[in-house]
Amino acid sequence: MRTPLTWLRRNLVVIAGLGTLAYMILPNVVVTVFSFNNPSGRFNYAWQEFSLDAWKDPCGVADMCGSLGLSLQIALWSTLAATALGTAIAFALVRYRFRARGAVNSLIFLPMAMPEIVMAASLLALFLNMGIQLGFWTILIAHIMFCLSFVVAAVKARVLSMDPRLEEAARDLYAGPVQTFLRVTLPIAAPGIAAGALLSFALSFDDFIITNFNSGNTVTFPMFVWGSAQRGTPVQINVIGTAMFVIAVLVVLAGQMVGNRRKKAQPK
Amino acid sequence: MTDKTEGGDVRLSGISKHYGTFTAVHPLDLTVPQGSFFALLGASGCGKTTTLRMIAGLEEPSTGTVHLGDREVTHLPPYKRPVNTVFQSYALFPHLSIFENIAFGLRRRGIKSVKKQVEEMLELVQLGQFAQRKPHQLSGGQQQRVAVARALINHPQVLLLDEPLGALDLKLRRQMQLELKRIQTEVGITFVHVTHDQEEAMTMADTVAVMNGGRVEQLGAPAELYENPRTTFVANFLGTSNLIEASVESAGSDVVVSASGTTLRLPATRCSTTPRAGGKLLVGVRPEKVSLVPAEEENAIAAGRNKITGRIAASSFIGVSTQFVVDSPVCAELEVYVQNIERDARLVPGAEVVLHWNPEHTFGLDAAQDMEAGIETVEESA
Repeated sequence: MRTPLTWLRRNLVVIAGLGTLAYMILPNVVVTVFSFNNPSGRFNYAWQEFSLDAWKDPCGVADMCGSLGLSLQIALWSTLAATALGTAIAFALVRYRFRARGAVNSLIFLPMAMPEIVMAASLLALFLNMGIQLGFWTILIAHIMFCLSFVVAAVKARVLSMDPRLEEAARDLYAGPVQTFLRVTLPIAAPGIAAGALLSFALSFDDFIITNFNSGNTVTFPMFVWGSAQRGTPVQINVIGTAMFVIAVLVVLAGQMVGNRRKKAQPK
Repeated sequence: MTDKTEGGDVRLSGISKHYGTFTAVHPLDLTVPQGSFFALLGASGCGKTTTLRMIAGLEEPSTGTVHLGDREVTHLPPYKRPVNTVFQSYALFPHLSIFENIAFGLRRRGIKSVKKQVEEMLELVQLGQFAQRKPHQLSGGQQQRVAVARALINHPQVLLLDEPLGALDLKLRRQMQLELKRIQTEVGITFVHVTHDQEEAMTMADTVAVMNGGRVEQLGAPAELYENPRTTFVANFLGTSNLIEASVESAGSDVVVSASGTTLRLPATRCSTTPRAGGKLLVGVRPEKVSLVPAEEENAIAAGRNKITGRIAASSFIGVSTQFVVDSPVCAELEVYVQNIERDARLVPGAEVVLHWNPEHTFGLDAAQDMEAGIETVEESA
């Protein structure tokens, strides 16, 4: 009786880790497996037989690839805008003392804390009152708004841990303000900025609630999935989901490989 | 290097710095001669780093001007001054290799072929094989040398060093002191060195300015400061001093003072204040100038020497010398350092002894100042 118990005690952390991993990955596995299904009816919920049909024709469903393109476009633009603005805000909050700095510091995190449904409804009320046509631009404005706080959080943490003397050293070594920013500040803050940008992209790409309220007749990919789920789920949705997952994993792996190689290359 | 003759002195005139109501540096005039190794010495918060940063251009002075030679640079930004700094934390760029760190200044000035110069500089600081590493892969001493190389490669008119050895352990610090001194002699650039370590300042610098509370207390060559302190702060901060409060009996070319019935003499030229008969005077003597004999040998002491009787309260053997603490009615806790040439077995705690020294080695200070000034900081930095 003793040996299995000892074994369990020794490997508890590993078991717990694998269990958690399985818990997180299982939905992705289901999505992936069912992307190879050939469902008999309109709903892709029961396994029938293996098929590559959906993978061969990912855009075979009407309007789906259009909504996917729109979602990617919105994610890209809101990531760019939120990253640029958020980085500037983070630097301002850490480096400068100005009026209402404290207020900005706490209010910037409001979109993170507020229930999404509340924000969605109030944004809609705002847009309607201002008489703005709902569509691409209202979605973009909304997405930039809620991505902003995540970028600020990520970049701020990085800038806070940055030694201000590094910039002084750069200025001391004949680098003007622009050179100092480009050669020293930006490269050192880059990991924080990249983290904020990735987060923005992911958040914007799969946002449903706020988008649904403020999109008018425009249909993004999450909205398309939701809409089609009422009438039947094409296998292509699983194909797109799996592809996104694989791309994300590849990006992470590539990042780690670059990091490892850099570490290995340094010591002689 | 004689090709840097256009450099000239660093001149600070009436320079001061306020932060709101707090005055970090009181208006101060200072001239650092070209090619010298100049130390600003003081406890933390005395304004020495602020002064350095005003020379670098990282801090704008509230009043006064900064001149490099004939050129006024008071309002020039740091990147337009021919001055480079070695920062306390080194501030090496973590994302750049050692090579690129050192090449940084050259590249910013648009110099294309940096390879030869960088390699020479790496050679000078003996880090040739580390060129492609990142700063975090080097030890503290190596990082420090990179910081020096990164500044020196630009051939600045003045090199500013802000506590550059503060983060190193004692042995490495000694080694780097000699190293920096060697480099300074080799390149002939003016060094302005900020430190709180009095030993470091005295070992390395030609001239030391002792700062306290935003003011320069005294300025001079290390030996001059040590032998002739003009304030209690300097007397206590640089090494250790025995200070005795005494009343002046007569003031001629020799000043005669008395403290608790003991009469002491000192030359009037060694007083930083003008002693007046009937007034007070702080009489000081360095512990290593004092000799110690058992009380029964008092008669063997040569005439004309200052003498104080007391009892040994404590002694500590530190190899090269023995440090005694002597309690006396004149002054509690007089310190005496005796070289361990022939150790006298009678000099143990509790023994009655006589302290004696040459009156020439006595200095006199204004009695109207804090006798304890500068003491704690010495213990802190030791």
